[in-house]
Amino acid sequence: MTGSPYALPAIVLVSVLTLVIGAYGVRFARTTSDFLVASRTVSPGWNASAISGEYLSAASFLGVAGLVMKFGADVLWYPVGFTAGYLAMLLYVAAPLRRSGAFTLPDFAEARLGSRRLRLLCAGFVVLIGWLYLVPQLRGAGLTLGTVTGAPYWLGAVVVGVVVTANVATGGMRSITFVQAFQYWLKLTAIAVPAFFLLLVWRSGGVASLTAAEPPAFADRTAVAIQIDVRVTVSEALTMTAVGQVDGRAVDGPVRWTVGPHEVGAGSVLTFAAGTPVPHADQLDALGNDSWAAPLSSGGGHPDYPMFATYSLILATFLGTMGLPHVLVRFYTNPDGRGARRTTLVVLALLGVFYLFPTIYGALGRLYTPQLLLTGQTDAAVLLLPGAAIGGLGGQLLGALVAAGAFAAFLSTSSGLLVSVAGVLSTDVVRAGSVQAFRTAAAVAGVVPLLLALQVVALDVSVVVGLAFAVAASTFCPLLVLGIWWRGLTDVGAGAGLLAGGVLSSGAVLVTVLGGPREGWFGALLAQPAAVTVPLAFAVMILASRATRSRIPTDIGRIMVLLHAPESLGLRHR
Amino acid sequence: MTGTPEVPLRVRIDLAARRRVRVDRPLREIEEQTLVGEVLVQGLIRAQLAVALRLSAVVALLLGGLPLLFALVPALARVEVLGLRLPWLLLGVLAYPFLFAVAWVHIRQVERNEQDLTDFVDGSA
Repeated sequence: MTGSPYALPAIVLVSVLTLVIGAYGVRFARTTSDFLVASRTVSPGWNASAISGEYLSAASFLGVAGLVMKFGADVLWYPVGFTAGYLAMLLYVAAPLRRSGAFTLPDFAEARLGSRRLRLLCAGFVVLIGWLYLVPQLRGAGLTLGTVTGAPYWLGAVVVGVVVTANVATGGMRSITFVQAFQYWLKLTAIAVPAFFLLLVWRSGGVASLTAAEPPAFADRTAVAIQIDVRVTVSEALTMTAVGQVDGRAVDGPVRWTVGPHEVGAGSVLTFAAGTPVPHADQLDALGNDSWAAPLSSGGGHPDYPMFATYSLILATFLGTMGLPHVLVRFYTNPDGRGARRTTLVVLALLGVFYLFPTIYGALGRLYTPQLLLTGQTDAAVLLLPGAAIGGLGGQLLGALVAAGAFAAFLSTSSGLLVSVAGVLSTDVVRAGSVQAFRTAAAVAGVVPLLLALQVVALDVSVVVGLAFAVAASTFCPLLVLGIWWRGLTDVGAGAGLLAGGVLSSGAVLVTVLGGPREGWFGALLAQPAAVTVPLAFAVMILASRATRSRIPTDIGRIMVLLHAPESLGLRHR
Repeated sequence: MTGTPEVPLRVRIDLAARRRVRVDRPLREIEEQTLVGEVLVQGLIRAQLAVALRLSAVVALLLGGLPLLFALVPALARVEVLGLRLPWLLLGVLAYPFLFAVAWVHIRQVERNEQDLTDFVDGSA
């Protein structure tokens, strides 16, 4: 396609560097403890970089810009929520969780409520959330490799899947900490430097308005290659040149499109004259730039219920972060509760700096790569913008840089998720704490989402990640918050709440992921379930705990001391 | 979910009123994980939860109120500041330093609470 010729070498370089740094870490990883938790010797600065590096996934690097390009102001809540999740984590979870000594969520559940069955239930949800989160990473990898080299979709997914699985299986977490910290700075550079040049180009080009009344139009004569069958909606009659399948007929020459829906087959090439308004992929409303820039216009894909969709998204992202398996594990590598707080503060700063940039790509994408609104593949905006807007050797080099950053995003997030899922599989399901068991579990944990990613329907990367947040917010958020602050929680109450919130939210998620987005009120609810399922999970957990008051752990007082007493009191023995 | 209403409380020691509380040799008692130790920490938990809830309310109001505000006063969404429309400036840029500032205030307050408890225990020992 229109990718940079330097992109592939850049991607290979990032993958090799990741493996090399991982291998360097292996020399230090000797015991199982080293393998899983870096022996708790990671300093807050490294740790915060590593957390941010691990957290900034394909959804942040590619997906946010893609959504902003499509939906405008309403989806700015995605990056704000992804960041604010760490504030919620700091306020309610970070220090007590570290002081609990729990490494994973199942550990916490068992330490707090003393139930093995609850532990297993938690392990199940960790694996579910981890896989749900891994699929869009692998999908993003396939998209990236396809966009920059023209390789088939499956190849990128397989490459990332194999590199990450090999790295995790051989290096464990100690090496991952170095890798992740490196990845944060790589990703920040890869998104910030091209953004700076893009803004320069935009300003020198006369600062074309991003908020005019008209919908986006092609700036120059543009040829658009269609990779998957697409239905588009034309809002103003137009003439273009087409080669391939259009509206069910083979064509080779000028085609006149009337207002209304039209179909284009995969493999077709459409050429539009400069100034033609961009036809939009069918599921997209052709937003005028003016309403694109206004809040509550698109609702992030739910234009009829923008308020509900916005608040549900806020709830899912603000409260979901604390329940993500790969996030929690990192807090254990802090030396103590105070260290956990310091780390979280630095993470908030690092994420805040990073998230300034994807929005710039999303907005400029409407000017320089409007054809993505036709194909619907706006996740590719970050990858294509440097080449489209800047051009020449500079544009190609910057294009290679963003491609490398995108690959860093897939590698780091997938590694973190894989360590967590494999850790839970090897300790809770296989129940063998050996290094060998961890390696086997890592292989299993990597293959399942890879198979899913190869089947996945065309969904935006960020939307699927948002769904994983919704499940985490509906399950582990109430468990952590109530477990840490409320003495009255019981194992039965926690289990009932987990099941209520988890089954409903993951059911909604699966319907959306497998069946595609739906219309109307019910569709909005299925796609953004958190506003209903989070309060429900809290309510069920509280009511069921009250009904089983006799099951409150007898040593609850001692547990609360363990969770909340500062280290300086000097009673840190377990 | 606030506080701990269901388990019968034995003694409640409020951190704010701690100077008036007479506890003999609390450090040793905490180490022995006695009732008094647990009650001391329970006061700390209430104080820390109050900080967290207060700051959550600030975020819910100032940040969480924005969609509602833009719905009630749509004209605000078209105001331009520094060349950026207000929603983009608030959500795209200013939200991040705001979240950081709230986190900073939180750490200051909860660590002061912890220090107060430690000082109290050390002072009475």
